[in-house]
Amino acid sequence: MENKDLNSPGYEIPDDIKGSVSITSIDRIYNWGRRSSIWPLMFGLACCAIEMICTAASRYDFSRFGMEVMRPSPRQADMMLVSGTVTKKMAPTIVRLYNQMPEPKYVVAMGACASGGGPFKEGYSVVSGVDKLIPVDVYIPGCPPTPQALINGLIKLQELIDTQSIKKVRWYQKGELAAVPIPILGPDLIYQRDIPAISDAKKEA
Amino acid sequence: MYGKGILKGLGVTLKRFVNTYLEDIKWLGKRYYTAEGIAHRSSKNANGIFTIQYPEEKLPVPEEFRYIPFLVFDEGEDGAEIIRCTSCGICAKVCPPQCIWIVRSNDPKTGRPIPDPAEFVIDVDICMNCGLCAEYCPFDAIKMDHDYEIASYGRTVFDKEQLMKSATYYDEIRPINNSIEEAARKAKEEAKAAMAAARAEKAAKAAEEN
Amino acid sequence: MVTPAQAPTLDLVTRFPEGVVADEREGYEGYLVAADKLVEVATALRDEFGFDYLSSVSGVDYIAEEMLEVVYHAYKTIGGPGLVFKVQVARKKAEVPSLMDVYPGVDFQEREAWDLMGINFLGHPDLRRILLWEGFEGHPLRKDWKEAYYEADVKPFKSRWPEGNFFRSEEKATYQANVQYPDKFDPEKWVPEGEDALYGALAKYEDVDNTGLKTDHITINLGPQHPSTHGVFRIATILDGETIVSLKPVMGYLHRNHEKIGERNTYLQNMPFTDRLDYLSSMSNNFGYALAVEKLMNIEVPERAEYIRVIMAEMTRVQNHLFAIGMFLNDIGAFFTPSLYAIEERELVLDIFEIVSGSRMMCNYFRFGGLARDLPAGSLEMIKGLAFERLPRRVDEMDRFLSDNEILRSRCVGQGVLSAEDAIKYAAAGPMLRASGVPYDIRRADPYSIYDRFDFDVAVRYNGDIYDRYIIRMDEIRQSLRIIQQAVEQIPEGPIQTGKPQYQVRVPAGEAYGRVEGPKGELGFYVVSDGKPNPYRYHVRAPSFINLTAFGPMCTGLKIADVVAVLGSIDIVLGETDR
Repeated sequence: MENKDLNSPGYEIPDDIKGSVSITSIDRIYNWGRRSSIWPLMFGLACCAIEMICTAASRYDFSRFGMEVMRPSPRQADMMLVSGTVTKKMAPTIVRLYNQMPEPKYVVAMGACASGGGPFKEGYSVVSGVDKLIPVDVYIPGCPPTPQALINGLIKLQELIDTQSIKKVRWYQKGELAAVPIPILGPDLIYQRDIPAISDAKKEA
Repeated sequence: MYGKGILKGLGVTLKRFVNTYLEDIKWLGKRYYTAEGIAHRSSKNANGIFTIQYPEEKLPVPEEFRYIPFLVFDEGEDGAEIIRCTSCGICAKVCPPQCIWIVRSNDPKTGRPIPDPAEFVIDVDICMNCGLCAEYCPFDAIKMDHDYEIASYGRTVFDKEQLMKSATYYDEIRPINNSIEEAARKAKEEAKAAMAAARAEKAAKAAEEN
Repeated sequence: MVTPAQAPTLDLVTRFPEGVVADEREGYEGYLVAADKLVEVATALRDEFGFDYLSSVSGVDYIAEEMLEVVYHAYKTIGGPGLVFKVQVARKKAEVPSLMDVYPGVDFQEREAWDLMGINFLGHPDLRRILLWEGFEGHPLRKDWKEAYYEADVKPFKSRWPEGNFFRSEEKATYQANVQYPDKFDPEKWVPEGEDALYGALAKYEDVDNTGLKTDHITINLGPQHPSTHGVFRIATILDGETIVSLKPVMGYLHRNHEKIGERNTYLQNMPFTDRLDYLSSMSNNFGYALAVEKLMNIEVPERAEYIRVIMAEMTRVQNHLFAIGMFLNDIGAFFTPSLYAIEERELVLDIFEIVSGSRMMCNYFRFGGLARDLPAGSLEMIKGLAFERLPRRVDEMDRFLSDNEILRSRCVGQGVLSAEDAIKYAAAGPMLRASGVPYDIRRADPYSIYDRFDFDVAVRYNGDIYDRYIIRMDEIRQSLRIIQQAVEQIPEGPIQTGKPQYQVRVPAGEAYGRVEGPKGELGFYVVSDGKPNPYRYHVRAPSFINLTAFGPMCTGLKIADVVAVLGSIDIVLGETDR
């Protein structure tokens, strides 16, 4: 963020201390700090992961946005970049990883597969978009999105972070944040929220 | 000597490090944010820092680049948008993941189907950017877009309104393809006109003989 | 250099008058073997006729005839054309003797056929599901199995055109998701099958050591979310201290139903899907698939198109190997610098792909009987610039950078050895086979396209260790550059497509197996046509998948830290492994 954006207008700074004093709101400095150091989870699923690696490499270099610290451990990551097709066999792992990430956390669905199932949507072992499992903040269309398209999406994420207010964000609300229930691998993938409905269907039959 | 291999490798990294600064001196400030600078950094002679400073500078998009499809319309005289699509359905049939939906429309007076599509939907979250629709469209009506900056906060489905882009825009992004296609269309029209003329002549002749 | 052997003068029918007949269906080739004779015939093929390399096992469901067929493709590692033999069994009682004792390379392929087709291989020591999970209902590649989003047997779907009213598949599905359950399924009583079968399949070791101290097995899982597994791949091991006693790869975390979707697609619609198999080398995948279908259609490719195909396939090999080397060095601890250097060169190759085909990774450039479009102006100059000037220099630099590095050598030399015999036995392919001293390269052994016109050497190394598998990729890049250099000099002008481009090709009934030497090894497409616009059966012999067969045996006895190095040296891509 430019200095002029960080400085909150509305307060006149006397001329003699201009340049050494800066007035801003807590929201702004909080968001500025977070958006400039988003650490992604080192997590590649499919084709898009290769473009993600290329984005991290020297030509596109997303360390220019403070994102170079790819963490293999979810405990140290801020953003999950779902780069590729989410399959049913992988679904429990993805939810578990998401639950292990500390707040504040963001999810970016990279590419058609993660956004809505993609070309493989009709397949029997593909989840139709990662938003069926966990909440997604930014969707990047493309198959695969080029590195520049990915960076464009990440900038969108930064813009989203800029709009958040410390008073309203979910991780400072009272009460505990509920973990996302982990789907079960049965004869097919079982979403826990569907269990009563499936039982009812069985009784009717 | 033990360690010779390591030193040799470190020599490579050192050379790369120095090269960046040598290149900077050679280009004297013109290395970044200029078209030549970007072209040079993507050429076979690229040396030293390789980074493209997106979003401030962008890699030039090659003509054949494909992202999401769009529908081409010709601009009529009074700004009317004349869609080229005739809803023949070839794109929908050839689409590998089947992400194109086309509703045909009927003439309100006669009830007969007319070429203009009533609705045209592309589910971008299924589209695999393969370009087959554009390749096999016989009317040059659906083409692959160059605009990749379409990340959003929700799922993306494009309807006819969002898909329509002008022929001028198409000419801007794919000048070579467009000129070839335009020439082909012209030749076709001329051949058609010639044939019609020949037929008219023949008919006239036949009438004369009778 | 291997001289291709003469066409086999063998007659299996005379050798086995009982139990073997020639396959005389229209468009089919090879022999039909009775199930009870299979092991005997296979042993004779290996020992008497020299077909030591069983490359592919595919199951086909002929539902109209109420039978399942298993198709085997065998080759000789001294080169020459292959031999096809098949076993037919009733659909209701699908039992085929396993060939594990004759060709251990069939291990994963038989498991795959069990998982997706429900063919029971009697005598297979570890017949578990491989791409799906234990407990999954049904065998999805059977023709009567339908998924939750099932719309119609073949594309195009009527709902897209002429009906055309937009909907999302989940809106129409029960539970608003891509799931379905058997009729009597009660989720509240469901006990997940879990991983017992997997852990049970791992070999155990003696609980009491020689001092009488009781020890415990340590089970370690790597993945599916692990930075060094090159994607969503999982390794389950049993350790004795730090030493690996037993190791099983677990895959299927990226199983995208390539074959089921492929049988619904038209022939052309499969082309962009092949891009997403081995997503690092889409041009090679296109090549293999185009070859298989062209074989069925019996059409020729124009000269210029052949040259462009070869240039593109070799460029693919260059960039794939660059990426593989970079990532391998990354795994071994040279953190990110070498892969950054490698990706830099790869980006320049991808630029050419983007200019030529329109996409960096998913090229979708080949068509049956030619190519999608000719090379745009200026692209040949770019290719020349890379092939003659930049890449040879940069590969040498890459070689200088780490090949002599003492730390790297001490980690790689003599570790993870795969002997030549084992490599053939486990049906390893590509750089992995050649690093073990078997100079088998399909471009030479069974030449396709126009590879017989170029002067190049088959790269081969003899130790079969991690280091050789790393260095052979450098050798192969140099040979590929040689081919590209010759091709760009010789390329003629002319058309790039036989006949008119068409989206609906006519493919006569029959079967064909098209194979190319992909960057990862032998990439084969087995296509069965019944004369309709969609392939009846479409099977991929994926080198990354079959190369993993040798992974367990290679790692046994190594330390846990070396597993990552061995895996990196195999160079897998999960899109192809799991399909």
